[in-house]
Amino acid sequence: MFAAAFEYHRPKTLAEAVKLLGSVKGARLLAGGHSLLPAMKLRLASPAALIDISRIAELSGIKATNDGLQIGAMTTHAAIAESDVVKKHCPVLAQTAEIIGDQQVRNRGTIGGSVAHADPAADYPTIMLLLGAKFTAANGKERQIEADKFFVDLFTTSLKQGELLTSIMIPAMSSAASAVYRKHRHPASAFAVVGVGVLLEVKQGKCADVRIAIGGATVTAVRARAAEELLTGQAPTVENIARASKEVGKALDSPISDSYASGDFRIHLATVMTRRALTDLAGAAR
Amino acid sequence: MKDPEKPLEAHESDNEKRAEVSRRDFLGTSVVLTAGACVAPILFNKSALASEGAVPGGPISSAVDVTLRVNGTAHALKLEPRVTLLDALREEMQLAGTKKGCDHGQCGACTVLVDGRRTLSCLTLAVMHDGDEITTIEGLAGSDELHPMQAAFIERDAFQCGYCTPGQIMSAVALLREPCGASDDDVRECMSGNICRCGAYPNIVAAVQDVRRSKTT
Repeated sequence: MFAAAFEYHRPKTLAEAVKLLGSVKGARLLAGGHSLLPAMKLRLASPAALIDISRIAELSGIKATNDGLQIGAMTTHAAIAESDVVKKHCPVLAQTAEIIGDQQVRNRGTIGGSVAHADPAADYPTIMLLLGAKFTAANGKERQIEADKFFVDLFTTSLKQGELLTSIMIPAMSSAASAVYRKHRHPASAFAVVGVGVLLEVKQGKCADVRIAIGGATVTAVRARAAEELLTGQAPTVENIARASKEVGKALDSPISDSYASGDFRIHLATVMTRRALTDLAGAAR
Repeated sequence: MKDPEKPLEAHESDNEKRAEVSRRDFLGTSVVLTAGACVAPILFNKSALASEGAVPGGPISSAVDVTLRVNGTAHALKLEPRVTLLDALREEMQLAGTKKGCDHGQCGACTVLVDGRRTLSCLTLAVMHDGDEITTIEGLAGSDELHPMQAAFIERDAFQCGYCTPGQIMSAVALLREPCGASDDDVRECMSGNICRCGAYPNIVAAVQDVRRSKTT
């Protein structure tokens, strides 16, 4: 299969890319291309022009700052999975990157491409929501978008026309907190049928910070607020964790239902996976 | 199920044309990209969108100059930007060892090395690799001896029909330089991007492990 014809641009700098994006009619950004190119081959997407930003050096790389990790949008999944800086400062992010797709996909796919594509079954959106990531978009000037305002709908983010996602800031986690990402992986595609990100901080025997993010089950990843609230301030006992996990379904309105998993099964998976993840984190915190 | 039209409509009204275009471009995509974990039921409620995405091909875009360095040789080519690295290898350079399986990044038959990293040549445009070092199955063997991985695949009979084999071998060669665990299960996971219809997996794992063991001793 062949994509419909298009013009190809490869800017060398971010400024050049932003300018092209604003001036070339019908242009789309090309990152790793592992979502866009298959769509173009099927003629589901037929952009008039592609702006290849995969080689812009300033858009790639990982830096530890006082506020957290600063990750360039064109950083590949493999680079994040293998990064010692990420493993040290935010192990859950490296752990998530390591189980995206397969190695070939991780070598080309980028964090910015993945979050801007906003596939409901992708892994990064869940973890971005869990960690409260901040997205920097550029269009001549910069603005920051919080994770919970970024993912708007199915394949839809709050990036505006002409804006380019340049970097992602992952706020530093409290040293007393730990986090984990688990997914029920589709055996063929490796996408998340359901992905669960859980963060837990226990202080003096009580849950001080509880965060639960669920992906794959609804059109965008969501935080399971009711479950979080029920466990916050409580001791992380087996009973309390089980009770809180039962509330996860409350966050999953109109769950996705398909030939692989019904909506009810997805809610069940989210509930069980949350309970297990919380139990493991609570066990480790003891 | 709650009406899935609602959030989409509401969003369209306040987010101009871009949201509309991007959603149209991508809605149908998910059927393929998240095949399995797909959101088809939601999509087909908007059947108008699905058909609008599938426009016929536009005019042929003009060819651009691309230099691909393949197996140590530079090839100066004139290619349309839409030509994938896979098609450039097979059709323009007559390097047909790299196979076209699914052409959608799911089977791994088209795996080549780009600057030492295994890459799906069907999911990347040739023009994106101007100047990159590309290694294909044709570039592995020395003048009169096979690459150890090729020899191990023969020794272990790690194929039946052989169609996936070049991709399997390229993946396995890249794996040798990756942080892959020592166990057979680790190898299976690290080779999960390459599918073998004939089911030669046990012998593929054995071949990969043979080469890894000989490297560490």
